[in-house]
Amino acid sequence: MGLLKGKIFNASILLIVSFIIFAVLLGLIYTGVINEYYALILTLAGINTIVALGLNLITGFTGQLVLGQAGFMMVGAYTTGIILIRFDVPIFAAIIAGGIVAGIFGLFIGIPTLRLRGDYLAITTLGFGEILRVIINNLDNLTGGASGLKGIPTFTDDYLMKPVYSFIWVFWFCVLAILIVGNLIRSSHGRAIISIREDEIAANSMGINVSFYKMFAFIMSAFLAGVGGGLYALLQQYLDPKSTGFLSSVFFVVYVVFGGLGSITGTVVSTVVLTYMQEVLRFLGSYRLVFFGLLLIVMMIFWPKGLFGTKELSIVKPIRKFLAKVFKLKGFEEDSGPVSKSSVQSGVK
Amino acid sequence: MVNGISLGSVYALIALGYTMVYGIVKLINFAHGDVLMIGAVAGFFTMSAMGDATPVTLFGAFLVSMLVCAVFGILIEKICYKPLRNAPKINALITAIGVSILLENGAVVLPFIGPQPKAFPTMTDKSHTFLGLTISNVQIIEFAVSIILMIVLTVIINYTKMGKAMRAVSHDTKAALLMGINVNRVISFTFALGAALAAAAGILFSSAYPQVEPYMGIMPGLKAFVAAVLGGIGSVPGAVLGGFVIGIAETLTKGFISSTLADAIVFGILIVILVVKPSGILGKNIREKV
Repeated sequence: MGLLKGKIFNASILLIVSFIIFAVLLGLIYTGVINEYYALILTLAGINTIVALGLNLITGFTGQLVLGQAGFMMVGAYTTGIILIRFDVPIFAAIIAGGIVAGIFGLFIGIPTLRLRGDYLAITTLGFGEILRVIINNLDNLTGGASGLKGIPTFTDDYLMKPVYSFIWVFWFCVLAILIVGNLIRSSHGRAIISIREDEIAANSMGINVSFYKMFAFIMSAFLAGVGGGLYALLQQYLDPKSTGFLSSVFFVVYVVFGGLGSITGTVVSTVVLTYMQEVLRFLGSYRLVFFGLLLIVMMIFWPKGLFGTKELSIVKPIRKFLAKVFKLKGFEEDSGPVSKSSVQSGVK
Repeated sequence: MVNGISLGSVYALIALGYTMVYGIVKLINFAHGDVLMIGAVAGFFTMSAMGDATPVTLFGAFLVSMLVCAVFGILIEKICYKPLRNAPKINALITAIGVSILLENGAVVLPFIGPQPKAFPTMTDKSHTFLGLTISNVQIIEFAVSIILMIVLTVIINYTKMGKAMRAVSHDTKAALLMGINVNRVISFTFALGAALAAAAGILFSSAYPQVEPYMGIMPGLKAFVAAVLGGIGSVPGAVLGGFVIGIAETLTKGFISSTLADAIVFGILIVILVVKPSGILGKNIREKV
């Protein structure tokens, strides 16, 4: 019982659930029920989820608007791409390296801006995306310049198996990202981060090192964006400097706002839905962006909390309740562990 | 250098709009650059309707587009920002981004604007040599118009009742409200004023680079924001000074270093200011109180 009530039990429920979802989806892709095109969208949604989770950490939980998430993503993507083209390293290491380099960029941008109050971070990160494009365009022999970086290897050598392999990689990275962010938010560090969003001055007077935690959340967010970018590089096998721009970053803001600033499950659900919609609505052309602009304004005015607000959907709770009923255990339905929530992600996919 | 000053005067006009709006509602109006685009488009249609580009039609274009944008500014404020005045700041910022995307892509979608750049009618280029400097007549107009508008703005802010009210609201909104100032009217007026300046800047900008397109507002908007921060956001003379500095820095970079790096330099300046003196050259250091 002691064991069954604890964190290990929650974590194992999570793992089992995500494994079941994984197996079902993988089976569907493998047998071709989900065709290559939809498998690609699904994989892309996974990558966007990782990046959007990073953005939610800094914008939703810490309350600092960042408009350069696509920039950090591209830093990671270019790093991974260049490393894999030039050196013979394992894919995993290259992806993590992409995250770390993006995190270092975050550090350099965070130092001047995060110690200030106000909206400077938004503008600086916006400017960062623009500068990055200029830099990538000018570093011809490293980044391929304006024509893009070509010839990045993918997850596997077998062309036909690419959708399956990329799905496997992205899915588990996504689960990992959700676990990391979920656990972080429930730790004391996470509480400190949320207190900054609620009231910076009060948090400061309570002895919380505001600039340290802002910095920490920001670097973490850049790291996740970089990891997402690394996966993106491997999936697309081609990188274009244009995708560092303002508009791509705004899409991530839309995902996070739509799902609810400060909700992990909200981000996951809205990212998957909106990534899918973006593909489906492609025939609308420019009207699509008009729609996204309107969506942002209307959401902020009438429904500022987004889909989930700051709430999370839990998958562990109903399972606990169910088990308690079946085995007639007392007190078992209480959710005690910190890991429990936030695994609905996969449920929606 | 001359190029820099005329470009700088355009940036200064845009930066004034940012700074005034920020001073009063503490909101970075991301849609400001797109109001510039609307002003340029309105000016384009007025000019084409009135025929050749002469000083008279140019004057007409200024009048029409400043009016159109002032109305637009008020509408944006009333519809999008007013409901959020008491919401967390981040919500208003996100709405501002939404407005910006909506305006840009609305312009792309609308059949009479469309995504293609249109040539802006300009006057025949005449160069005057003046104390060894060569100045084109477009640059003279740019400079003169900006200076006139800045003087008008200073008069409005310092010597009219509305200007006094604006200063009061930016100093302390609640106290101004208690003193019987109609804060909503003042805020709308500020948005209208800022938008009108952006419209003028839009026409000047599209006379200098003679074309009009839906995304033209983004870059000048961003650079003008940097100018506003450089001068000290919330400070009117600071915005003018910042505008000139950014304009000159950009032109010098284009002339002597590399034209592709000019944008990077401008944002580099922003980061340097934030490190060295976040309140800007002429800004006041405000301590945050509980």
